[in-house]
Amino acid sequence: MAVSIDRVAPTPSDGRRKFRLPGRRTGYAYVAPFFIVFFAFSLYPWIDTAWVSLHDVRLTTYDQQTWIGLENYQNLMTNKFFWNAFKNTITIGVISTVPQLCMALGIAHLLNYRIRGRTFFRVALLMPYATSLAAATVIFVELFDKNTGIINWGLQSLFHLPPIDWQGSKWPSQVAVSSIVIWRWTGYNALIYLAGMQSIDYSLYEAASIDGASRWRQFLHVTLPGLRPVILFTIVVSTIGATQLFGEPLLYDPTGQPNGGSSNQYQTLGLLMYQQGWTYDRLGLASATAWTMFVIIVIAVLINLGFARRRAARS
Amino acid sequence: MSGLRMSRRRSPLAAGWGVYLTVIVVTVVSAFPLYYTIVMASHTNAEMASDSPPLLPTTSIFDNLKKALEIAPLNHGLWNSLIVSGTVTLGTIAFCTLAGFAFAKLHFRGRNLLLGLCIGTMMVPMQMGVIPLYMMMARLGLTGHLSAVILPTLVTAFGVFFMRQYIMQAVPDELLDAAYVDGASTLQTFLHIVVPATRPAMAVLGMLTFLTTWNDFFWPILALNSQNPTVQVAFQSLATGYAPQQSIIMAGTLYGTVPVLIAFAFLGKHIVGGIMQGAVKG
Repeated sequence: MAVSIDRVAPTPSDGRRKFRLPGRRTGYAYVAPFFIVFFAFSLYPWIDTAWVSLHDVRLTTYDQQTWIGLENYQNLMTNKFFWNAFKNTITIGVISTVPQLCMALGIAHLLNYRIRGRTFFRVALLMPYATSLAAATVIFVELFDKNTGIINWGLQSLFHLPPIDWQGSKWPSQVAVSSIVIWRWTGYNALIYLAGMQSIDYSLYEAASIDGASRWRQFLHVTLPGLRPVILFTIVVSTIGATQLFGEPLLYDPTGQPNGGSSNQYQTLGLLMYQQGWTYDRLGLASATAWTMFVIIVIAVLINLGFARRRAARS
Repeated sequence: MSGLRMSRRRSPLAAGWGVYLTVIVVTVVSAFPLYYTIVMASHTNAEMASDSPPLLPTTSIFDNLKKALEIAPLNHGLWNSLIVSGTVTLGTIAFCTLAGFAFAKLHFRGRNLLLGLCIGTMMVPMQMGVIPLYMMMARLGLTGHLSAVILPTLVTAFGVFFMRQYIMQAVPDELLDAAYVDGASTLQTFLHIVVPATRPAMAVLGMLTFLTTWNDFFWPILALNSQNPTVQVAFQSLATGYAPQQSIIMAGTLYGTVPVLIAFAFLGKHIVGGIMQGAVKG
């Protein structure tokens, strides 16, 4: 566009204030489409979930809601399925998040070297992220199959282990479900760490190496502190993701039911909510679970932030 | 987009053979499940259970694919996924660019409050609202229809934030002022200055949105059914249906996944760029 800037130049501050005026009213028109959809399909349902959680609601008769106060929450607190799902969500969350982020950090460190074919490696490592969780889970079910899976075959031929029951036993099944999450998200987090590493001022490394710091010490004292905000970001996002884990344990169960295994050994809170709402037709109870999950997320994020602040204060 | 700027900041340490070896091993391990799906799709359960499982695919994969297509509505699912993801991508680009522009360049009362609301809710999970959302869709008679999936995902707070950050950098105030002086309306300024300058960010947001929507599972599995599925919902009826052999399940999964993986092979570097850029800004 041939717009000349110098015409405004003589009175820049004046011109700015005067000619921005059109924005005053039209601003609302520009944000309106976003906020209408956002309010109708996100904000309103979030708030309504709290209201529904105080009622007895059935799918078949959802117009007749009976007020029952906090009964749904009391029900949850004394429900062994809730506590089982709560524990499973935490253990699967830890098994899937901790190794994932550590590996991502290592991979990012490698990709940060001057390396030939770096675009190829980055895209290749992001392939699992591009694979849907439904496809990935269906694939991993077969990889972990007790009789025909390649993983048991590998363990048997390398370490002479007897076949592991990756479905029926508690810890193996949780490891298998976690491995789907790890496979899909490690490359993604590695790229985020890589971006963080590349924004660290290189002169810090030069200064450290002049001071005689080894590569490892440089990693500990330059890279890690420089990455702190990025690491915190990935921990928070992974915590949120882990708390609402749903698709992987649903599809990992060969029956297709939201039981999380024959004895609920890998049933997560997300799966329990689905079961309460859509299998047992208890929408109020499911809403109470949803709100409880949200509170858990907020607490988990606050704990993470608290740790980060304490670490920052110490160094 | 910022590949050049980043490469200048890259560490000058050249990778030794140890680094190459490790990166190659990691890449192979990470690609293995996808490769092995092709192998599994072409062998019977008995062949897979043998003492030395096969490592190469065979042409029986095509027979298995034919059987998979009889069991699960995969073609219907792919077509529906294309409609859903395409519509959501166009909607997200349009609505989020409009709102991102307003938050970046227009001054109006309550702007910071609305922006704060948008950013503050970025981390609220979808699960929080699915029950009222499901009841709403049931009331509107939309469950089972694609619009039940499209409507709630039509905008994202992330998209607004992403576009706002880009527009603040890429569109200088002076340019907008000059357009106003020339008598252009806000709409003309938006269409003729902001949109052309913002195209690269729109492309990245579009690709990320398409991929996320294509792979979305949680809400589609609630809102749709196997009569009118997206491809992700069709995978479920494949896996929990009556497939007598894992090879058929694998062939179907492969068939539903390959289109997006091929697209990813071509566009992957832009998506990598988008994720890395988002990381530095976020």
